[in-house]
Amino acid sequence: MKDLYQNTLKKIANSSNGIKTISSITAIVAGLLVGLIIMLIANPAGAFPGFLTILAGGFNSGLRSMGDTLYYGVPIILTGLSVAFAFRTGLFNIGATGQLTVGAFAAVYIGYNWTFLGPVHWIVALIGGMLAGAVWGAIPGLLKAYRNVHEVVATIMLNYIGMYLVRLLILTFIYNSDSNEAHSPAPSARLPELFLDDIFPRSSANIGIFIAILAVIVIHIILNKTTFGYELKSVGFNRSAAKYAGMNEKRNIVFSMTIAGSLAGLAGAVLFLVAGKNMEPVNVLLQEGFTGIAIALLGLSAPIGVFLAGIFYGSLQQGGYYLQTFDFEPQIIDIIISVIIYFAALSLFMQRFVADFISRQINKDVEIAEGNDSA
Amino acid sequence: MSVFLNQLYFLVPLFIASAVPLAVVALGGLFSERSGVINIALEGIMIMGGFVGIMFIRYLENATDLPMQLIAFFGLLVGLITGVVFAVAHAFASINMKANQIISATALNLFAPAVAIFTARMLWQTDRVVISGNYRISSIPLLGDIPVIGPMFFQSTYLSTFIGIALFIGATIVLYKTRLGLRLRSCGENPHAADSLGVNVLKMRYVGVLISGAMAGMGGVIFVLSFATRFDANVAGFGFLALAVMIFGQWKPKRIVLAALFFATMRVIGSAYSGIEFLSDLSIPADIYRMLPYVATLIVLAFASKYSQAPAAAGEPYDVGKR
Repeated sequence: MKDLYQNTLKKIANSSNGIKTISSITAIVAGLLVGLIIMLIANPAGAFPGFLTILAGGFNSGLRSMGDTLYYGVPIILTGLSVAFAFRTGLFNIGATGQLTVGAFAAVYIGYNWTFLGPVHWIVALIGGMLAGAVWGAIPGLLKAYRNVHEVVATIMLNYIGMYLVRLLILTFIYNSDSNEAHSPAPSARLPELFLDDIFPRSSANIGIFIAILAVIVIHIILNKTTFGYELKSVGFNRSAAKYAGMNEKRNIVFSMTIAGSLAGLAGAVLFLVAGKNMEPVNVLLQEGFTGIAIALLGLSAPIGVFLAGIFYGSLQQGGYYLQTFDFEPQIIDIIISVIIYFAALSLFMQRFVADFISRQINKDVEIAEGNDSA
Repeated sequence: MSVFLNQLYFLVPLFIASAVPLAVVALGGLFSERSGVINIALEGIMIMGGFVGIMFIRYLENATDLPMQLIAFFGLLVGLITGVVFAVAHAFASINMKANQIISATALNLFAPAVAIFTARMLWQTDRVVISGNYRISSIPLLGDIPVIGPMFFQSTYLSTFIGIALFIGATIVLYKTRLGLRLRSCGENPHAADSLGVNVLKMRYVGVLISGAMAGMGGVIFVLSFATRFDANVAGFGFLALAVMIFGQWKPKRIVLAALFFATMRVIGSAYSGIEFLSDLSIPADIYRMLPYVATLIVLAFASKYSQAPAAAGEPYDVGKR
């Protein structure tokens, strides 16, 4: 038993991924603890059952809430992927929300109007959303590459431009004055539920989760297995060095932002190509884009990490939904996530702490063993 | 002529209401970035400062008979203190722990509105913190009676306007005319050189981040008092806009104020165009006008950003071993 413990510790100590994983778990535990403390202060009686509800997350009401976890996780995974992809290439995409909004509009516009497309209707609508998002991402990419405009400012400005533009376009082209919302996409444009409505009855799960998985795989391959991805990352590490190595750093910046934008646009399409959720002509930036930043960071900017973080967030969100029965506000979820991200930011420190702790454990046992020998 | 003047009397206060919070928060961000710490948490700090400040104003309104401007002053002060306390979290992570500055700031941006909504709903079952007073100063004695200039600048104005002007002058002097300012800027350009000359880099960066927290926290209260009599757990993205204004202003106080004034002008045209005769005659959709400040900023930046002047070491944790 002792040997097993020792060996496991040694194995973890020797792999940087092991230490990273442990420090991520520590961050999650810390976030949950802070959440529990706040809940204890706010409402001591309901704190523990409420906390268990958060932990149960997507399992609160069985298959239904598991399906909803997937459903709510998908747009978050896609915007997270968008931000993470830009991050890996040295760019900070605060503009996911704007790209998501224009993507959503394009998808809903196609989904409402182009009913002649028949069975491929929803696919065309998805692609339309991606393209619109790609254009909205390409603009700050072009401005950064050729006019040296800081992408943070450009994407913030484009968020607002997109918000007002889409509001105007909704009112002009697809406004339903009865419901005060945009028209719903036609049934042929809704994302198919495949067999998921059999597995997760009464939930909103649809093909979106497979689209998200596909996107994660594609981005993982681009980043880690292709020359193109290698060039993108090189530009991210050191723009000048990449340039001197013969890479076209301007083109790469534009490509990177375009791909990031298309992912966010896809998120917008997936979000609104469903029944019962319509775009509204309001002056509000959609929150999914900003949550994407958090998810990208929580997933350490790696596609698979983003996927796990997105599902985790979707599950916590479900927990927050069921939490309301205990007289708690669902914002406690965002508080927990923010504390987790804060501790994740301290990961360098945490990793050192974990490594120190493990090596101390190993050394202590060695000393004891040596002590026994001499005696 | 008098129609034109009346329109100016109507527009200038609106214009100041936009410009002051933007300029104050952007100047705050400037201190942080010039010391070498990127602070995209301005939005979160504004929300936190605004929330606590407005709660305090609400409390003073109900519990005391203090004159209104004094209440406003205490509200601003509480916002400032809250901002400093909240910014300590960012400073600790990014300076002591050498954390990724964007990550810790994102955490604060997420934390602030969640806490504000959570607390308000737990206490009052609503997102909103409502205050009763309108903190506009109807006319400043003497100054308000000056013809033309009086009604434009000294009638229906805010305490915060004058604090904003004082802060701008103070910030310029501190950054460029004092030892502290020189040291702070050197930590943002070349911290190793600064360290080798005996400057305490960590301390300077703390000073920078905490000043940004103070100004952003106060900016949150200024924002609420200038636009509404309630706080809705958001500041309409002004923290992010201030970040944009700071970069637009090329990390220099004067240019930042000019950028804020430019942005505010565009914003006023966008929101009050129906009160400006020749613009309302054009019958262009309102949303086009609302886009104006953002489009105009992008266009100006596209022509003005060729030689960006970002502090060289902003965003990089200070690592003594790299010297």
